[in-house]
Amino acid sequence: MSDRDVATQGPSGLSLFLYKTKKSFGTPIPYLAFVGIGLWLFTYWLLNEQLKIPPFNKIPGPVEVLTEWLSQDPIWGTSLFTEDYWQNIKASCLRILIAFSLATGLGVPLGLFMGWSKKFKDYTFPVLELLRPIPILAWVPLSIVMFQSFEAPILFLATLASFFVTTLNTMLGVQSIDESYFRAAGCLGSKRRHVFIHVVLPGSLPFVFTGLQISIGVAWFSLVAAEMISGEFGLGYMINASYMVNKYVTMVMAMLTLGFVGWITSAMVRAAGSQMMQWRERALGQGGA
Amino acid sequence: MNTASAQANSTSSADAATKGAISIRNVTKIYDPGGVNVLAVEDCSIEIAPGEVCMIVGPSGCGKTTLLNAIAGFHSITSGQIDLDGKMLCGPGKPLADQGADRVVVFQNGALFPWKTLADNVAYGPIVQGTMTKAEAYGKAVDMLAEAGLSGVAGKYPGEVSSGMARRAEIVRALINDPKVLLLDEPYRAMDALTKSIMHESLLEVYDRTKVTIFFITHDLEEAIFLGDRVIVMTTRPARTKKIVDVKIERPRDYRLLSSEEFRVLVEETKGAVHEEAVKAFEAGERELA
Repeated sequence: MSDRDVATQGPSGLSLFLYKTKKSFGTPIPYLAFVGIGLWLFTYWLLNEQLKIPPFNKIPGPVEVLTEWLSQDPIWGTSLFTEDYWQNIKASCLRILIAFSLATGLGVPLGLFMGWSKKFKDYTFPVLELLRPIPILAWVPLSIVMFQSFEAPILFLATLASFFVTTLNTMLGVQSIDESYFRAAGCLGSKRRHVFIHVVLPGSLPFVFTGLQISIGVAWFSLVAAEMISGEFGLGYMINASYMVNKYVTMVMAMLTLGFVGWITSAMVRAAGSQMMQWRERALGQGGA
Repeated sequence: MNTASAQANSTSSADAATKGAISIRNVTKIYDPGGVNVLAVEDCSIEIAPGEVCMIVGPSGCGKTTLLNAIAGFHSITSGQIDLDGKMLCGPGKPLADQGADRVVVFQNGALFPWKTLADNVAYGPIVQGTMTKAEAYGKAVDMLAEAGLSGVAGKYPGEVSSGMARRAEIVRALINDPKVLLLDEPYRAMDALTKSIMHESLLEVYDRTKVTIFFITHDLEEAIFLGDRVIVMTTRPARTKKIVDVKIERPRDYRLLSSEEFRVLVEETKGAVHEEAVKAFEAGERELA
């Protein structure tokens, strides 16, 4: 019995993360990632700067971009060491933060109620389904007409795209909850609000976080589209502005930066999900061990 | 912990003779999926005494679960009446019973909330009903889990423990509410024979301690006779009572009973009836209804 007690107290939270990270270095996975990125860079370099095969010879090569990126005195005026680079990143991240928070703050409650109440869903779902397929770029003119500023249309577009994804996934999340949990809650004497807090909310979380993963990607996508069309600062703006004046090196730099920042934000959403769903982490962890 | 269990003993044995009488009278249930009426239960009457272990045996899909759902308040009945301790649960003018913690269900596939630890699961009922504070409920939950041999895993999530432990915790989650009736819907169906026999003994142990009325659905005849005071063999759909077997074997019972003569005789006596209905059900080939 006593040695079983020892085994029951598994690690959790940060220590579990560190343990997993440490363990993963004993597997080929992280090394494969490096090899993969290395191979991709090598191919890029080979096609572009070595063999100069069209159409690859028309874009800046990896060495050129990296040199510029790390240069204290960049030829095209933007690098890790210039202020406008960080200003653009900051502008985009701030917009994502606002748009994603708005979309989550509105979409999750709406989706929960839609999944929970059949009647509420019957009212709202057709509207959602009608608006959702409209591509976000189709909203651009309308958003410019609606909001008389640089900032508001961008936020509106990024929020909108993200909101639809979050709402839909949350609703599906509630619908995915096994009926027996509702019944169990019922026969243990729950009132409706208890069912909402103790069954609907936690039960839908796995789907909610799948939705949030997609939603943050969609937010970036529409943000950059919006920044390219209207806007001041931001990575999308940086791409478009560089393109207009033929600064292709800066343009590619902005694209790769988007890749990095986008990756980090999804990783943050994933981490938040694992933190909020310890029950899932631990059950899955056992299966994997 | 000793005081807690002593309390539990005294309260339940005092109530034992008086609470948990279920009276099912002329209950009929017609399902209507896709415009075709299906008679799931027809004119079924069963009287269950307080503190009785009543085993309902019948082929899969015969309508056993329909009865349980009607008692628990998950589904309505079409006609007839079901009473609990003389009060109508459902009947004329009120086809659907209210759900309540006086009749707690233990589900076929288990329904512990996977997002709550075992202790939080057990503490849930008293907290939402407002009968205990969070701290009290949690303390009682931990004590009761320990009593059921689950002290080492009280802080674990259901996904981290074996199905046997989870099912035992689910029964504890029901018992903490001091229910009048425990409704079990083939709770050990998916378990291997060895785990099952351990679960049976632990259920018998719980019963001997609490004397709660048990309404237990199964298609396993030996399980029914081993656990029950009375075994009610149901016909295939529509469900009616086909044969009632009184199991006059003394309690406490343990696994040695399984190889005894009186047990074997009872099984032999009942097997024919169950088999007959199983064959009918198989030939009808009907899909199970929820």
